[in-house]
Parts: sequence; structure tokens; C-alpha cells
Amino acid sequence: MIPAAFEYTRPESVDEAVRALAAAGDEAKVLAGGQSLLPLLRLRLAFPELVVDVGRIPALRGVREDGGTLVIGALTTHHDVLRDPLVRRHAGLLAAATQTVADPAVRHRGTLGGSLAHADPAGDLPAVVLALDGELVVAGPNGRRTVAAGDFFVDYLQSALAPDELLVEVRLPKTDGWGFHYEKFHRVAQAYAIVGVAALVRRDDGRIAEARVGLTNMGSTPLRAVAAERALAGADGPDAVARAAELAAEGTRPPQDVSASPEYRTHLARVLTRRAVLAATEAR
Amino acid sequence: MTHIKVNVDGTVYEDDVEPRLLLAHYLRDRLGLTGTPIGCDTSNCGACTVDLDGATVKSCSVLAVQADGSEVTTVQGLARNGELTALQRAFHELHALQCGYCTPGMIMAARDLLRENPRPGPDEVRHALEGNLCRCTGYQNIVRAVLAASGQDTARSGQETAQEVRA
Repeated sequence: MIPAAFEYTRPESVDEAVRALAAAGDEAKVLAGGQSLLPLLRLRLAFPELVVDVGRIPALRGVREDGGTLVIGALTTHHDVLRDPLVRRHAGLLAAATQTVADPAVRHRGTLGGSLAHADPAGDLPAVVLALDGELVVAGPNGRRTVAAGDFFVDYLQSALAPDELLVEVRLPKTDGWGFHYEKFHRVAQAYAIVGVAALVRRDDGRIAEARVGLTNMGSTPLRAVAAERALAGADGPDAVARAAELAAEGTRPPQDVSASPEYRTHLARVLTRRAVLAATEAR
Repeated sequence: MTHIKVNVDGTVYEDDVEPRLLLAHYLRDRLGLTGTPIGCDTSNCGACTVDLDGATVKSCSVLAVQADGSEVTTVQGLARNGELTALQRAFHELHALQCGYCTPGMIMAARDLLRENPRPGPDEVRHALEGNLCRCTGYQNIVRAVLAASGQDTARSGQETAQEVRA
């Protein structure tokens, strides 16, 4: 379908973008790579009066280090995230999960910030950034603020971004030395995850000292498998991991859709958590 | 209306367009470049794949205004003086198409792969074409053609590839 008509502006700075958003009240949408927004516009599930195209703001692109933190510009494409040596070294989980996002053409355009701001619990990267204990830096009319990933995802397709705010940076504490794995269960190559599990494991003397587990598509937001994480601390060997993974769906409210029932998703969360944690434990 | 200037297949075009105009519609309806087909409304099929500033995109998922100041290459811009590229010849010679609807997108996606990875394995070819659907061939001859275009033996792309993918 052809999108409904909208006004279009292409600001050249973050300040200019924020001013355009503020002036539009509730009626504007931010366009970054467009790989989530354009399908919505085409299906007329979104019909903003104004589209603010931030795609040409160079300051929003790129990866840098800030002490123990990796800072990724919101406009950095999936393609660039995948090939970035700093990401590979300090946030391997993000690279591994990004490799599973859609297909090469979509990864050329789609951006890390865009997929987080879209706040789709079926998207792969929200659960990953949640598992990495990431922080999101947001620019608004009164300056910048930092939101923890756990507070950023509010509900289905709803983030903590106010209508006049723009996501500008993603800050990820470095996870050098942690084992990681993203286990995605989907029907065909470019389909959404029916369930996905992002696992991070820090080992000490062969045992799991600390584990973090992010869940994709197990509720209206990405979630942490808190009970499983707790049970994984100190786990020694595959049997202990399997027992802990049985707790992966605790506290979740998995959705019902054409792909799967809540019961099936609960089953998947347990199986995939076991696989993801074991893979993360072996791979370092 | 927004003014744009786009280089498409070596020709510079200047136009006033509605911001909502998709690049795919701009290429087909405004410029008459119907070599780029539109196959779906969901960003899934990849038939409309073109090259935008050196990287493939699905032209149904890009606004024409986003291509302002950019270089676009469509399947129609690949041949030089009527001479097909090695990749196009391989698709032709190895019968990598039946109805042909997906072919422009397949060729653009495969071209993108070979730029980055000049000698891909069969499984790498299949992963690179994940965003492009073919409903006729079962993909076997497409994979074969991409391997042939990269100067590799195509004998090991049939059954063997299917097994590698299952494994």
C-alpha cells in the first residue's frame, strides 16, 4: 500500500531534530533507517503528520569507548555494528544477535537505536541490551538524560521516550571475558523470533559465577529471566544449568499469536535458555 | 513536495516528489525503470532490491527523499554496452530462474555478497540470499549460478548444499 501523506523534514543536528519533534506535539515520527517505520507506514498502521528524518546526522553514528563502557551511536546500522572491532571485542553478544536480524539488505539500513526505540518485544536487540545492562541516552528540549534499559521498555511498541525526545546513544558496559550466545527460534530465516534467549555467562573456576538471561517475545516488553539467573549463579555442569533453565519463564506473560501459544513459548523459553547458557558457557 | 537529485544507473535525475513516495515507485513509475519489480508489501521478498550508495536495500523500504544526493544502481545498470556481467550470464546459462520475478533482486543481492566475499561457500550464498524469496526454483540453480560467477565449481552446490543446510 502507499503510505498516507505526511510532511517531511531532515534536520542536520540533534538540537534541530528535537525542536522539530517538540513543535509537532504528538504527531511526529522519527525516521532513522526506516526498516520498522516504513512497513508500518505502508500498512497504514502508523500515519504521522510529520516524519523527522534523522538519517543524515553524522554525530549519531559510530562506536567509541568511554572507560569500561562501549558507546554506540543510535544511528549505527546493524551492518556497521556487526563489523565493528570494538563491538566484537567488548560486546560480543550484541554482534552475535545482530547477525540474526532480518537479512543483509535490511541490516544495511536498519539501526541499533531504531530497533530499540521501536520497542518491539519480538525484536532481537531489546532483550540483548537488557541482558547487557545497557543504558540509553535520550536528548530532549531540556538536555540529555540516561535511562536504564530496564526502564526504557514500557509496553508493547512503547518506550520511555517522550514525543519530543530522541534516542542518541546506547551505552553498554564492556563484557570482556564473558561467554555469550543468542539462541533464536524462528519459522523461516527472516521471520521474527517466536522466542529468543540472550545469555551472558561469567565463569569462575569452571562454575558459573554470574549469568544474565534476556528473553525476546515472552511478554509485552523484553524481559530478564530473573529466577533462572539466580539459580544459575554457582551452577556447575549441564545438569545444574538444565535445572535452572526450567525457571526461565517464571514471571513472564508470553503472547498468543499465529506462531505459538503461551504454553509453547514457555516450553521454548526453558529449552532455549538451557541451550543458550550452555553455549555461552562453552564459548569464550 | 520535496526536491531530490538522484543518480540512477549513471543518469542524474532531479524531481519534486511527495515525501511518502517509495524509492521502488519512484524508479518504476517516475523514471520508467521497471526492471525493479515489487513483489510484496511486507519487506519480505527482496524482489525490489537495488544498490544505494554501495549497499543493497529493499527499495520498497526506502523513501525516494531518503535517496536524495545518492547513487542508485538497479539491475538495469549492470550490463555495459549490452554485455551482461559474469553474474547475469551465470544466471542465464545455469537456468537460475523460472518465472524471473525474483531475478533482479537475486542478482543485486548476490552482487553485494560477491563484492564483500569473492569466493563464498554454498552456505554463505544461501545466508546472503535470506532476504530474497524465489517461489519457482527451489534455489538450487540460483546458488549454483552465484558459485559459478565467483569462478567456483558448481557441481558441489546441489544435493550437497541441501545437506549442509540441514546440518
